[in-house]
Formats: sequence, C-alpha cells, structure tokens
Amino acid sequence: MNIIDKAFGIHAAALSFRSQRGSVLAANIANSATPDFLARDYDFRTALKKFSGDQVVAMQSTNPMHIKTSASNEFGDLLYRVPTRTTTNGNTVEADVEQAAFSDNALRYQTSLQFLNGSISGLRKAITGKI
Amino acid sequence: MGLSSVFEITGTALNAQSIHIDTIAKNMANAQVLAGSEQAAYRAKRPVFASILESSMNFDFNKLSMGGVKVDGMSYSDTPIEKQMMRENPFADAQGYVYLSNVNMVEEMAYMMEASRNYQSNIEVMNTSKQLMQRTISLGAA
Repeated sequence: MNIIDKAFGIHAAALSFRSQRGSVLAANIANSATPDFLARDYDFRTALKKFSGDQVVAMQSTNPMHIKTSASNEFGDLLYRVPTRTTTNGNTVEADVEQAAFSDNALRYQTSLQFLNGSISGLRKAITGKI
Repeated sequence: MGLSSVFEITGTALNAQSIHIDTIAKNMANAQVLAGSEQAAYRAKRPVFASILESSMNFDFNKLSMGGVKVDGMSYSDTPIEKQMMRENPFADAQGYVYLSNVNMVEEMAYMMEASRNYQSNIEVMNTSKQLMQRTISLGAA
C-alpha cells in the first residue's frame, strides 16, 4: 500500500461499493411494477469485512456447476430483501423503502467524496508547501 | 456495473412506464367505442413487465445481470363485455345490439397514477446519480 492509498483510506473502496449498491437499488426501483421481481441489496457488514480482509464464511463449491457465492464476489453476496408486506403479484419491491435506501446510499457516497476531497487538498498542500 | 449502469437501468424503466401510460391513454380514448359483435368489442390492454436478464444460461447468483425492465407483452382485460340495445346505430347486429368496451375509467386513472409515480421515482434516481457523477468528476479540484 503506497502513501497515496494510505491517505485515501477506506473511502476509495467505499465509493466503488456505493456506486455498485446504487445500481442495484436503481434496478429495484426500475422493477417496482414487475411481477415476481425480488428486490436485492448488499450487506454492508460483509462488504466491510471483505475490504478489511476478515474471514467471510462461504460455502465450499466442489463442482464448477455450483452457483457461485460470496467467495467470488468483491462485496459479498447480493442478498434478497425481506419485504414487510406481501403483494398479490409476488413483487417484493417497496418503493418507499427502496427510495429511502437509494438516497441514504447517495448521501454516503457524497460523504466519501467529501473525505476524499479533504485528503486530496491535504496532499496538495504537502506537495506544494503553500496554503 | 456501477453508477453509469444506473442510466441504462432507469432508461429501460422510463421506457416501460411511458409504454404503460401510452396504453392507458389508448384505453381511455377507446372507452366509448361501440362494436357490432362481442369479438370486435374493444378490450382494455395492460402491458406485462418483465425484468431484463442478460443471459439466463450462465446464471451467477451474485451478478445482477443489468437489471432493467421491459414490456414483455400485452394482457387483455377479461371483464365481460356488456351489450346494449341501440337499433339506430349503424354498427348494431341483427338483434339491434351494440357491444361496449370493457374499459373501466376508475381503474385506468388508478393505473395512470401508479405509472406516473414510477416514472417520477426513476427520474429522481437518474438525477441523483447524475449529480453524484458530476461531483466525482470534479473530485480534487481546487
């Protein structure tokens, strides 16, 4: 890990996780009227564990035909949302929940950007020696 | 897949929802259409949505393959067609009956609200992602 990576810390990885999660939530919102569509999302805890190199419990696959699970994915499993109520067409997207999650995700993305901006301006000051 | 695929996904959703609104407009426009037989009577149409899968052959549990939405076909309302006695109508059959459409205006209005709300939330997603991308581009600018 070089000095620039150290300066940016977790926020560079956070941006990539947030943008990935953003597209998953966008797909949920896009499919809010699709029959039998199951809303999906990432688990932040697993993604964080993956980033910090902690052991993530994964199923062992002994055959190449097995469905790939968490081990192969950078952010952990893409899980299914547990709906708070059921619908007649089998769709588990709850528009309000997804919109809230999307704006929360966008806000956290902006937070990471803000931190990165701070580190960049700090580095710039260190390089140029001027304020 | 990342922020840029959001535009693809919401783009397909906007398209699907505008087809929905088009269909509703068509149903409402044809609500008063009379026909000479039960088969020819206008039946309310409704688009059937399906999510777009890149390829179901190499299914990967962790890959959301694109995830957009498409209109998979049209379903026709199975509400019974009503007939009305109207001898003076040129469309009337031998018994003097004309057949009304089975469009339910109240139902159409409800569907229209649903479609327009879906459209709005997709626009919102697109706008937010656009702002995030713009901020990312200007990252580190003094």
